[in-house]
Parts: sequence; C-alpha cells; structure tokens
Amino acid sequence: MDGIGSSAPRREGREKLTGSARYVADQAWPGGIFGATVRSRCARGRITGIRFGPGIPWEEFTIVTAQDLRAAGWNNRVDFIERDQPFLAEGEIRHAEEPVLLLAHPDRYLLERARRAVTVAVEELPPVLDLDAALEAEILVGGKANLFKEILIERGDPDPVWASAAHVVSGEYRTGAQEQLYIETNGMCAQVDQGPDGPSLVVRGSLQCPYYIHKALAHLFQLPAERVRVVQMHTGGAFGGKEEYPSILAGHTALLAWKSGHPVTLVYDREEDMACTTKRHPSRSRLRTAFDAEGRLLAMESDFVLDAGAYTTLSPVVLSRGALHALGPYRCPQVRIHARAVATNTPPSGAFRGFGAPQSLFAMERHMDIAARRMGMDPVQLRRINLLRRGDRMATGQEVTEDLDLPGLMDRALADLDYQGRRAAHQRANAAGGPLRRGVGFSVFMHGCGFTGSGEKYLASVTGVETRADGRVRVLAAATEMGQGKETVFGQIAAEALGVPGELVELAAADTAVVPNSGPTVASRSTMVVGKLVQDAAVALRQLLVQRGFLAAEGATGAVAFRAAVARAHAEAGPLSCHAQYQQPEGLVWDELRYRGDAYPTFAWACYAAEVCVDTVTWEVKVEDFVARQEVGRVINPTLAAGQIEGGVAQGIGWGLWEQVVTDRGRMVNNQMTNYIVATAMDLPRIRVAFEERNPYALGPGGAKGLGELPMDGPAPALLNALQAALDLPELLEVPMTPERLLQAVQAAHDPGAPAPDRGGRP
Amino acid sequence: MRGDVPGCEVRVPGTLEEALDGLHREPGQWRPLAGGTDLMVPFAAGRLADTRFLSLHRLADLRAVELTDAGLVLGALVTYAQVRQHPGILAQWPNLVSSAQATGAVAIQNRGTLGGNLVNASPAADTPPSLLAYGAQVELSSVRGARWVDYADFHTGYKRTVMAPDELLTRIRVPAAGPGFHFFRKVGTRAAQAVAKVCLAAYARVEAGVVREFRVGLGSLAPVPARARATEAVILGAPVAGLAVRLGARAREALLADISPVDDLRSTANYRRTVAGNVLVQALGELEAELGGR
Amino acid sequence: MTGARIPLTLTVNGRRHELEAYPMARLLDVLRDDLGLTGTKEGCGEGECGACSVLMNGEVVNSCLVPAIQAQGAELRTIEGLAGDGEALSPLQAAFVACNGAQCGFCTPGMVMASVDLLARSPHPDEARIRTGLAGNICRCTGYGKIIDAVARAAAEERP
Repeated sequence: MDGIGSSAPRREGREKLTGSARYVADQAWPGGIFGATVRSRCARGRITGIRFGPGIPWEEFTIVTAQDLRAAGWNNRVDFIERDQPFLAEGEIRHAEEPVLLLAHPDRYLLERARRAVTVAVEELPPVLDLDAALEAEILVGGKANLFKEILIERGDPDPVWASAAHVVSGEYRTGAQEQLYIETNGMCAQVDQGPDGPSLVVRGSLQCPYYIHKALAHLFQLPAERVRVVQMHTGGAFGGKEEYPSILAGHTALLAWKSGHPVTLVYDREEDMACTTKRHPSRSRLRTAFDAEGRLLAMESDFVLDAGAYTTLSPVVLSRGALHALGPYRCPQVRIHARAVATNTPPSGAFRGFGAPQSLFAMERHMDIAARRMGMDPVQLRRINLLRRGDRMATGQEVTEDLDLPGLMDRALADLDYQGRRAAHQRANAAGGPLRRGVGFSVFMHGCGFTGSGEKYLASVTGVETRADGRVRVLAAATEMGQGKETVFGQIAAEALGVPGELVELAAADTAVVPNSGPTVASRSTMVVGKLVQDAAVALRQLLVQRGFLAAEGATGAVAFRAAVARAHAEAGPLSCHAQYQQPEGLVWDELRYRGDAYPTFAWACYAAEVCVDTVTWEVKVEDFVARQEVGRVINPTLAAGQIEGGVAQGIGWGLWEQVVTDRGRMVNNQMTNYIVATAMDLPRIRVAFEERNPYALGPGGAKGLGELPMDGPAPALLNALQAALDLPELLEVPMTPERLLQAVQAAHDPGAPAPDRGGRP
Repeated sequence: MRGDVPGCEVRVPGTLEEALDGLHREPGQWRPLAGGTDLMVPFAAGRLADTRFLSLHRLADLRAVELTDAGLVLGALVTYAQVRQHPGILAQWPNLVSSAQATGAVAIQNRGTLGGNLVNASPAADTPPSLLAYGAQVELSSVRGARWVDYADFHTGYKRTVMAPDELLTRIRVPAAGPGFHFFRKVGTRAAQAVAKVCLAAYARVEAGVVREFRVGLGSLAPVPARARATEAVILGAPVAGLAVRLGARAREALLADISPVDDLRSTANYRRTVAGNVLVQALGELEAELGGR
Repeated sequence: MTGARIPLTLTVNGRRHELEAYPMARLLDVLRDDLGLTGTKEGCGEGECGACSVLMNGEVVNSCLVPAIQAQGAELRTIEGLAGDGEALSPLQAAFVACNGAQCGFCTPGMVMASVDLLARSPHPDEARIRTGLAGNICRCTGYGKIIDAVARAAAEERP
C-alpha cells in the first residue's frame, strides 16, 4: 500500500502546511549575525580601489575581501569542472554583480547602510554582452578565444546530401535566458568551530547538492573532508538554480563565519537573487535538414551555441546535454552537431531544469513543423515517418533497444487534445472573422535520464540503509527534497523492498556527516539511479537480517514483527547497515573523446500538445488547453509525478510566452517579481497529464525512468507551433514569444520594410 | 529589506485638522502614507528618500463612500476592495469596479487606497483612466480650506501634480452618469498582479443616435494619466451608427496625437501605440453595438 | 524622535502580544523576528508573490507591505494559527496534503491564508473564482492545478 505505484502523501507535508518547516531564513542561532555582499556594478573592468564611506562604525563589522583569502593562503577558486571562478573578485571584474567584498554585522538595518557605503571603483572596459559578440572573439573574456567547451557529434556525413535532396530546410532559432524564480531565495548559514585539532565548518542552507558544496568548501579552506559538514535545510524550490550557485554563497557565508567567530546567515533578497545568480543559458541554433520527396529525414546539421556567461561553471555539461538532444526523437543517417559554449561578460549561466535540452529541442521541434509547412506536409505525418523505432541509432550511434511506439504515443496525445477536430474547427472559425485566432500545435521529444555518458560511473554514487534503535530503518542518501517528492518516493521504494509499511522507513537528512555521497539531485537521476541504489541497499539489509537470523527467510513479515526484529538486531548486533554503489551497466559504452556510444542509460519519451487563443487586438496569447503525455517506464507515485509534470509544463509555458530576462549593459534590469513575468493562477489552464508505462527500464526501481526535467522540453515548441497554426505568419523563431514580438512578426509580415526584431535584451 | 527602518519617524494624526496642521507647519517634511501598497515597495528596496511619514490610517472619515443623486463621493482612503464590493458603484460606474478588480490581486485591493494611488501619480495606474472617463474631480484640503480640481487637470507631468506641499487629497467626486456606454480594458503583462502596458477607459452617452458625451481616459501611454482629447473630438457629435467603420481610422490617427508611448522594461512604444489604437477601435465597435439602436 | 521604537499591541492567532517595534518595520518582520512566527515567508518584498500573506482584521493582506504602526491593535491570523489544538490539521491544510497542493512548501503558508480568505467570502467557489482568489499568490512548483483541487476539496468537505 505504501510501495511503488501508490500515491503516498508527501512525508514532510504536515510541516509544510503548518508553517513549522524551517528554511534557512527561519532559523536563528545564538550569537548569530548577518552577512551581505558588495558587488560590481559594471560588466567588465579592473578594480582600482575600495572605499569605505563615512558615518558607519566600520570597526564593528567583519569585512572579507580577496586579499584576506590570499593572506590566509586559501584558494579563491570554486572547485568545480574548472577552477576559474573566484569566490571574490580580485583585480578583474568579469561580469556585473560579481561579488567583491563581504560584510557581516548583528544589526541587519545597519548592515544594509554599510553595504551602500562601500564603493568599489572600477576602471571600466568594453564588455562582451551576447553570444554573437563572443563568437567574434574581438574581446576575450575567458576560455580559449571565448570558447569554454566545444563538442562535435558526427554520424555519417551530411555534406554530400544537400545538393541532391528533394527538400533542404534551414532555420535559425533563439531562446532567451530564464530565471528559476524559486519562491525561496538563495540562503546559507555557516558556523566555524575552532576545535583542539583545528577548525571545522558547518554550513546549512537551501541547496540541491550537499557534496558539491562540501568539495568547494574543503578546497577553499584546504580542510580535510571530515572537517566540513554541509546540511540541507528545507529548500523552497530550486529547479537547478541551487545546483552550483550555493557553493559560492556557502563560501561567502563560511568566510564571514570564520573571520567573525560567529554563526553567519546570508540570505539574498529577491532583487539580488535575480540579478546575481545563475540563469538558463541563452541559445542560438542554426539548423539545416534534408528530406527526400516523401519527407524522410536524410541529413541534419546543427550549429548550437550557448551563452555561458563569464565563468565555466557547468556549461560543458549543459552543452553536452543540449548537443545530445539536438536531433530530437528522429532517425537520421547523416548528422553533424557542432556545439559551443561561449564566454560573455554576464553573470554565469547555470543549471535550470532541462539543462540544454529545452534549447536544442525547441529548435528541432519548431524546425520540423516549419519543414512540414514548407514541404506541404502534415506535421503529424512528418513526425510519423521519422520517429525512432527499436533498432534505430541515435546521433551518437546509441541503439534504441526499447520497443518504442512513438507514433502511438503521439496519436494518443493528439487524441487527448482532439487535435484533428480542433484544427479543423479553428480553421473555420479563424476564417469567419472576429478578433480571436485559435491554433493547436504539438511537440515530440525525449529526455535522457541520469548523467550523460560516463557521468554516473564517475560519480560512483553510494546509498545506505541502516537499522535504528526503535526498530525502524533509515535511508541514507544525499538526494535533496525540494518539493519534487524525493523523500516520499525513496520511502516508497525502500518500504516495498523491505516488504513493510512506509511508517517503518525514515529518511536521513541530507547531511554530509550522516549520508554517503549519492551524487547531486539533478539530471533526472534521483528516482532512477539513486532510487535504485536505495532499493538495492534495502534488499541487501533485509537479506542481512535474514542471514543473521533476525528475520525469517520465507513468507511476509508483519509490520510489528519486522519492527521488533530490527530493534532486536540493532540492540544485539549494533547498528546494521548495507550500502549500494552504482555499477555501470554492462554494455553501456561511451567514448567521451569522440562523443560516440550510449549517451544515456535510457530516455523518457513524450508528446505535448497545446491549444492557444490569440487576441489580435492585444496579441496576448492564452493557453486554453494543454496535454502532456509521456512514457516514463514506471510511475512510483502518481500524484507526485503528475505534480512534477504540471509544474514543469507551467515553467515551460512561461519560458515560451512570458519570461524574458531584460538586460542593460550586462545586468538584469527587470529583477523584480513585478517585472519578471511568471504565471499567476489566472494565467494557466488545467494541465492534463497522462503517463504510459510501456517500456519499463529494467535497471530503474520498479522500472522507473527519470521525469523531473522532461516537462520543460515540450511546451515552448508546442506553443509556437500552435501560434503558427493560429496566425498566418512567416515563421516564429524565438522564445519568449511575447505579445510585443508577436506583434512585430505580424507587422513584418505585412510590411517587409518594418524594423527587424530587436536582439538586445529588450522586450 | 533595504529601507532605513530605524531612521524613520511616523506621525499618526487623529483628525484631518491635525494632519493638515502638521503639513502646514512643516510643508514637504512628512510623506503622507495611506495603505502602503505603493510606498512600501520602494521603501523596502532602499529607493525611497523619505524618512518621515504621516500615516493617515486613523482618519476614519476618509474611508466613507457616499452615494447621492448628484453622484459618488469617495474618501481618499477608500480601498479597491470597498469599490469592488459596492453594488451602487457597479450599477452606475462599472469602470471603477473594473479598475479596482484589475489592480494587483485581492491582498493589494484590501489595503490599497484610491487617494494613495492618485497621489503616487504613476502613469500606469489602473483607476485614473476610469476617473478621467467619468469626469471626476478631486478635493485637495489644507489649512486654507478645500478646493476641487478636475482630475483631468490634476497631473502636470511625470509623477507631478498640482498639489501644494501642505495639501492632502481628501475626496474624489464622480458625477452621476446617465445611462450610457462604459468601457474599460487594461492590457497587462499577465492576468493579475500586472502593471498595465496599455489602459483605456471610456464613457459615452448617446441621444437620438448621436454621441453627445464621449470621454476617454488613458493609462501607460503618456507621462501622466491622460484624456484622449483629440480622439474625443473625432467622435463627439458623430452618429453612432457605423461609427467604428466610418471613424475608426480617423480616431486611431487622432489617438497618436494624444499619446507619447515609450520603450521600457515591460513593453515597447510600437506595441503600446498599435494596441492602444486596436483597443480604441474595439471600444468604438462595442459602443456602436450597444447603443447603435438609440 | 528618530529611531524610537513604539509600543505595539497585536493579537495574533488569538493571543495578545505587547512588544516594541520600529513604526516602519514591516509587519512581516515583526511576526517573524519579534514573535518568532516564521511560518509567514518573504518571497519578494514587493507585494507580488503573496508568500507573506496573513489575515489582518479578517482580510488577506501582504504583510511585507504593512508598516508596523498601521497594525496597531490589529487581529492577525497566520499559518501557525490554523491547525487545531493538539495535532489536527484544519480541513484546508489536510486537503493540501491529500492533493499534493504543496511541493517545496514555501508559497504554502501564504497560499493557505489566501485560501482561508477566499473560502470565507466564497464558500463554494468554482474554478474561476478560486483562480481569481489566489491570483496574488505565486507558486513556481505546482502549476496551480493541485492547489485548486485542494481548495475545492476543502470547500466540498465544509458543505453541511
């Protein structure tokens, strides 16, 4: 009843509903003081001086600059894929809002006055502000000639195909930055205990990946692993925005704690969080596809560029996922995907649900619809003849081993929306006049589950399950609950593996002092990869209890008996625990250098369909209906899973229609919730979710694949495809497709002399 | 929270006389504070220079809603929620209810006041276009007495008004509107909690098939909430039959003279200009459809 | 006198408090820092997200926009005041748990208080009415569907 497949209620639901769940800003500490950050206003330059203004009792403040790190012999670089990003800028400013100086004080109001009173003098230099300028490489920002990472995926050779193909379709597609907008801003709290053997550090806060922070802090302070402890507190949303950024905030808070000797809490307000922390990578895709006379895809070429911002952070991995999804769910014998992540003088781009795939899939799914139109084909039919089947190979040569029925999935999703019926009805209604125009559109796509290529092997994740004195068992994993339901799902998996009710299973907090490193909570891996390890560890523990004679080998054990057995085992044999470590499945082979082989252990597959209504008086777009149908192997908790899809679709719709990051000289200027537009309850329809479990993944718990990021990939292209159907326009090629841009497209269609859409971050 | 909270002083007058007296003795020194839904935002962001506030929340007389045959009188502290919930206002001045519903969302409507909204003088506010369309007047009070000013003359420039440094806006008077045509459309960034990108309110009275009264109030299209006088001139006196077709293009062109839209964080001049014209034509079409038979 | 705190009397969840606060302190901060009621959250500080929603004199307000001095003598209800004595969740809270109306939980206290206000004014709201009533509470996790389910379920359960 509490196992896989049940809609078990959220374990931490009660605390969240009573207001007793403590997030970092809710926690007071004896002797605790508050931190603040002084940042650069300009995008590029050299720091020439730091001035402390009058009227502030500076002697009461803890102040930390890069000089302090240097003097202490600490490492002013965040230990991540590269070590290029400083915790505090020293000399060079590479992006607006780059942190320069830290302050701490017990009085929050005085702290703010002090922050304003610090002036960072910067000799400004001309900045590189977008990916086009970065590619020109006239001004160098970082990486090699502004290139942080380059990937080439080749299969066969597209070059000979263009000349002879019946149809060649080219297009350029752009996507903008997107702010994660978790309702709880970034925050951390740090304490340093000066023990007899040396200092040890405890950091608590809002975060996704405790071990990423652990590694970064150990490197910053050159502390051994056991002297650094990172604890996740309740986290009010993350979506990737708290994957890598918290390492910087943790470093800042820890530096202040170290220097002040007090616990320090540093929580960003909304304006700071929006302007200073990571965003989804802006992208540009240039696609060229060749089709035969029947519409079969013969060749595909993609030039895929991501704007990584000023430092590497995890752009190489975002680029990888984007490149690996660029071909979409299609069969194509000749493929070339050239992907580049480029450096600009903007706050570094970072993780946001989807992680490169929404960008490249937007381009391909928009492109397929455009290609269909140009070839005079039905977009449904164009997909039907090109969708992957078992035995086909993907761009990296990965063989599709699942018995896929993507055309069937597509047909069912379209039937959910009554796509054919509504398409016909809209054509009639649109022709009849009036200000409203309606259209339906869809997208077909996939999302690779788990880390790319050798990533999981490299992570070598470990989980544990242990006995407790009270007869319960406790799951030990570093995966973090941030609303997605990981806590509950892991509980269900363990309960089923042990054959007990959920109440006998506890989940340990994501505390590096307590749980092993099961890897970061990202990449749609937590259920499929980590959940499987939890299952394995739980099974192993049960076997151990049987082996040691505490549990009978055969037959089910009732809850009461199980609990008694565990309590006895714990008392007599000491805490018993079993661990499980990730093993790369046999036959999963990946060549990182040539980018060939099995990019992902498995994929989730989906077709999303949308109905839009455009008001041609105001060019506002209303999403009237939305269907999200996906094949995910096995649904562990239907209610939680549906919640993930609904929320992800809402974010995808926002990215497609409303969420624009407006910048001026490399700095976000609509960094308030009044001006960065996310959906209210009045802006969205019901999102209709359907799951299919046709292709359980043998190595996932109960057959489950990952699904956390999948819903981000489908909405934007489905919406623009629907808009295209609603309006007789030349192609719509970018997101967000705001009313202002839609109007410009309409005007350009009727007056080719009208000015081209503005590129520079303006609405 | 970036405001200088400890550095602030607040006076709380118990009567209007006390408030006006204080403003007169120290003009420009005390910022009147009504519901806080405007001022607390820049205050919390550390962008409000004021540190001395005159909180009006005890002035209960300013919360009155009076309906007579002459029209409607609203105290300056009447909230959007009060306007929204008043059946008498809905019956005669539905645009005011539409404006109130369009402002923020429920929690804002419970605290935000009309007086605070008008004195904050944002060109993007939702209620001013409706007040302009209804020919409202505002009462400005000081120790010298009270004077009524046509609301159309209240704003003199971006965030500037005719108010003297020692005056308080105390009441809003909306004349009785005979049966007529009421139109309000706010084009926001989203369906709620939105700043207007374009806002247009209109009121028309038709007699014997001819438009006898026609007033259009505009928001977000100029540095101030503005009457669309050139537009009105095109429509006033015209037969209502075939109005949109005959005069739509001319009215749209006249509108261009009434507005000076800008590019900003939320929208573009191009969008505002085009959509304002579209909304105007929509309004004319609805006017014709509703009152074309008279 | 600049910088003086003022005596402030508030009744919160039925309990009377007498404290001192800066007159321009936000009600949000008085509740969280002075009274330790951290259930009410700050999401934006500009009255947009509704995470700070509480009931003040029977109406839902954004507590980040209420200066303390204007809350003098007010009756306030926060999320902490909803659950019954002992362990029982209110029907609305229970409905949110049952329907998965809370994911990360950060918008939840404000969302629930706004729902209390909504149901007090419209005991049997249809979906459109629920959406209007909750339009001032932004959720980034759910897409609102299961929040609406929770409110509708609570409304249905209260029907006599």
